[in-house]
Amino acid sequence: MSRLALPFALVLLLAGCARKTETVVRFWGLGREGEEVKKLVPRFERLHPGVRVEVQQIPWTAAHEKLLTALVGGAPPDVAQIGNTWIPEFAALGAVAPLDERIARTPDFRPADFFGGIWRTNVIDGRVYGVPWYVDTRLLFYRKDMLAEVGFPEMPRTWSAWRTAMDRLKAKNGPDKFPILLPKDEWQQPVALAQALGATILRDGGRYGAFRSPEVERAFSFLIGIYRAGLAPLVGREQVSNLYQDFAAGQFAIVITGPWNLGQFHDRLPPERQGDWATAPLPAPDGQPWPGAGVAGGASLVLFRRTPVPEAAWAFLEFLSRPDMQAQLYRLTGDMPPRASVWQATGLARDPGAAAFARQLEHVEPAPLVPEWEQICSKIPPALEEATRGERPLEQILADLDREVDQILEKRRWLLERNPHPHAF
Amino acid sequence: MRSERRTGEARAAFWMLLPALSLIAVFFVLPILASFLLSLTDFDLYALASPRNARFVGLANYVRLAEDPTFWKALRNTFLFVLAGGPASVAVALGAALLVNARVTRFKTLFRTAFFAPVVTTMVAVATVWRFLYHPRVGLFNRALDLVGLAPIDWLGDPRWALLSICLLAVWKNFGYQAILFVAGLQAIPESLYEAARIEGAGPWQQFRHITLPSLAPTFLFVAVTTSIGYFQLFSEPYVMTPDGGPLGSTLSVAFLMYREGFRWWNLGYGAAIAFALFAVILIATRLQLQLFGRRA
Amino acid sequence: MRRRLSRFAAATAIHATLLALAVASLVPLAWMVSASFMPQGEATAFPPALVPSRPTLDNYVDLFARLKFGRALANSILFAATVTAISLLLNTLAGYALAKLRFRRRERIFDGLVAALVLPSQVAMLPLFLMLRALGFINTAWGVVLPGMASLFGIFLVRQYALSLPDELLDAARVDGASEFRIYRSIVLPLCRPILVSLGIFTFLGSWNDFLWPLIVLSDERRQTLPVALANLLGEHALDIELMMAGAVLTVLPVLVLFLAFQRYYIEGITLGSVKE
Repeated sequence: MSRLALPFALVLLLAGCARKTETVVRFWGLGREGEEVKKLVPRFERLHPGVRVEVQQIPWTAAHEKLLTALVGGAPPDVAQIGNTWIPEFAALGAVAPLDERIARTPDFRPADFFGGIWRTNVIDGRVYGVPWYVDTRLLFYRKDMLAEVGFPEMPRTWSAWRTAMDRLKAKNGPDKFPILLPKDEWQQPVALAQALGATILRDGGRYGAFRSPEVERAFSFLIGIYRAGLAPLVGREQVSNLYQDFAAGQFAIVITGPWNLGQFHDRLPPERQGDWATAPLPAPDGQPWPGAGVAGGASLVLFRRTPVPEAAWAFLEFLSRPDMQAQLYRLTGDMPPRASVWQATGLARDPGAAAFARQLEHVEPAPLVPEWEQICSKIPPALEEATRGERPLEQILADLDREVDQILEKRRWLLERNPHPHAF
Repeated sequence: MRSERRTGEARAAFWMLLPALSLIAVFFVLPILASFLLSLTDFDLYALASPRNARFVGLANYVRLAEDPTFWKALRNTFLFVLAGGPASVAVALGAALLVNARVTRFKTLFRTAFFAPVVTTMVAVATVWRFLYHPRVGLFNRALDLVGLAPIDWLGDPRWALLSICLLAVWKNFGYQAILFVAGLQAIPESLYEAARIEGAGPWQQFRHITLPSLAPTFLFVAVTTSIGYFQLFSEPYVMTPDGGPLGSTLSVAFLMYREGFRWWNLGYGAAIAFALFAVILIATRLQLQLFGRRA
Repeated sequence: MRRRLSRFAAATAIHATLLALAVASLVPLAWMVSASFMPQGEATAFPPALVPSRPTLDNYVDLFARLKFGRALANSILFAATVTAISLLLNTLAGYALAKLRFRRRERIFDGLVAALVLPSQVAMLPLFLMLRALGFINTAWGVVLPGMASLFGIFLVRQYALSLPDELLDAARVDGASEFRIYRSIVLPLCRPILVSLGIFTFLGSWNDFLWPLIVLSDERRQTLPVALANLLGEHALDIELMMAGAVLTVLPVLVLFLAFQRYYIEGITLGSVKE
């Protein structure tokens, strides 16, 4: 028994040593991308022997919470996919590392290849904190045939024409069908419409709320009018049990949704419906150039400051940002690449369904770049719902919203007073 | 000799109590005190990054709480949970207990097991099931309504129904527990009391009023107090069934609000103030109940 | 004759009501089990399906193979067992001491513990999180187990039960020269077996079903318990009803089985706390 002990112990020791020289990069992916990215890992591991990537997938609904909890608890991953509206927050916390030097050192990494508006969402105080991984903006998917029936062979380009089209659809198709689906729990629609009118949402460098403005009122009123006229059901995202079935059946003629549905619509709509749908950029307010502004959404890849394996982590981040890997991601998820070269390479630039996205992406505005944005934007849908139900006047609701937002931003004001450039954590 | 034995016992008691009490002190009492201190600061996400960013603000959080319409809404919702759900589950539990305990009842154990099954199940799991049962189009409840020709109800989406829907779930889940307590209380009533009453000609209703109810008073008090404390702390049900706080915020409970402020937005100072406000409310409500119902015991 | 008829009617009415209540109690759970065996999409189909047309284990296979629920199951078992074991040890000691050992301020301490029962645990959570973070216990097993180990209710329950232990037995052992700990080990513990079983089940159930605290403390999916994993699943697969129901069944089944096996002890334990007061 004791004769075997020594060689046994040696084997264990060696095995332990072998494990120790392996570097592990921990990556958190969100939603569908979190699942699909696992397929890209083997290629990376072949290019970088001795490095292993562990992917953890987190659902979008809990992602923001979980990331912050992990940060606070001292157990963040090394690299993560995060929503680009969270970048100001993570930068303010000193959680993510600035990437300027690393980008400069990496050959073939051309920031100019990325869509300008999208790249800007990752730049705080002149430093780059994330690399865009895919872009997301919302626009209209619609039933060409149903709109043609009411006299609109193409999607209208102004708000008033849009409203007319929806009124006609309602009149034609009856009370049980809805011309448009506008989930009441999404902030992107009211914000996009307000920004299209020129609203800034926040003022004074993100120190105060600016909801009590004529532009926001107009945007809200436009949406409220749609709900009240029965043109859209007042339901949340989760209450639509099967979007594709409903769209195919004409339950909704127009849906505002994102690029992932290009692939889904191709896959999930029945063959006889495939010729009946199209995409179009957002209509613009009357008198303004088309298309109307969209929200510059999407996700970025970030490197966490306290990672014990910064070189390996950056290698993985850079690997995922390569044009060929972004093209792969597009093929796996339908997410739109943030790099113009990839649009060319994947033939996306020539895809008719994607053309609307290309057009819209040239006209996107970032959401206000403040760390508190995630908290602030969660207050918008309830305000819109309350205004729609009409128990209190819109002006009062917006005034209360401003008051809430001002309260949320109070700490930021105090910090900025102390130090106008706080990103020196 | 006796005093020696006593000091021996006292010493043993010290060591026996030490582990449990120190754990309670460190992981329960200490955090509660710290919670109060935390509520006097504006500790938040910025402060987590660098402690220099925290300020001592005295009672400012509580003032802010008093002016926060969301807090009052959550408090109102919580009171509605307690006042609607509490009596409802106690009533159903008492009814079930009386029926199970009746002399003519057979299969007592089977019924008891059936009623208790929901109690032991994990709240997250049953909330998931009920969330689906409540689905406006494909959920079983609306299908049942459809069968009898009634219009479908938007159980979780209609501000008028959402809170009641959650109460219904809570009642379903908890009535078994309360029923068992009532059964124990009923069984403790000596049969001789009932016999004496029957000899004097008292009917079943009179027996109930003059024997059962008064004898149940201590059990009733216990059940009422523990039930209301449970409803005041309601969190899992709204969290799983209406993660956004419900239509027009109608299912946002104070505990849920505390979770949101504290662990979603990391406004730890403000969250601690909410937690303490909840504690104060529970304390006052419990005292009130003890005074109101304790008198009759 | 009339009295016999009315008694029969009363009995029927009582049994009918009880049956209705029992059905109401069990139907959601029964449907949960049924839906977990349905092929994907059948639960939302029209007309409604109450039993699976062709029962399948696909959802369960999915849970274990793709979504690694086996790991969550193992975590739940491990954490609940650890908490139960340590908790039983510590709380019975304390409960017995408060019941049978004579020392100054015994009643004051006990009253203090009972008063503390009113304190809601949520108040402690925020600083507790910061405290465990400083100790490095966030996202670890200890982070979940430590706060659950000492239980006010457990001490209360054991104390109530231990009050009924015969003093003469204990005093006789003391006269014979046995130490307090010896008495506890050889005499008290065997006598306390029923309450130990009750408390053990109670603690296990409570730990297994615990949701909020593990939700906060465990962000690493490798350490998550079943309720947290299930809530995660809900975030991603809310529309995949059959899968969700399989997850729910997995979460509920072990404790249901435990309860069915030991229900007598469990129920006795609960009622002990309430009626004697």
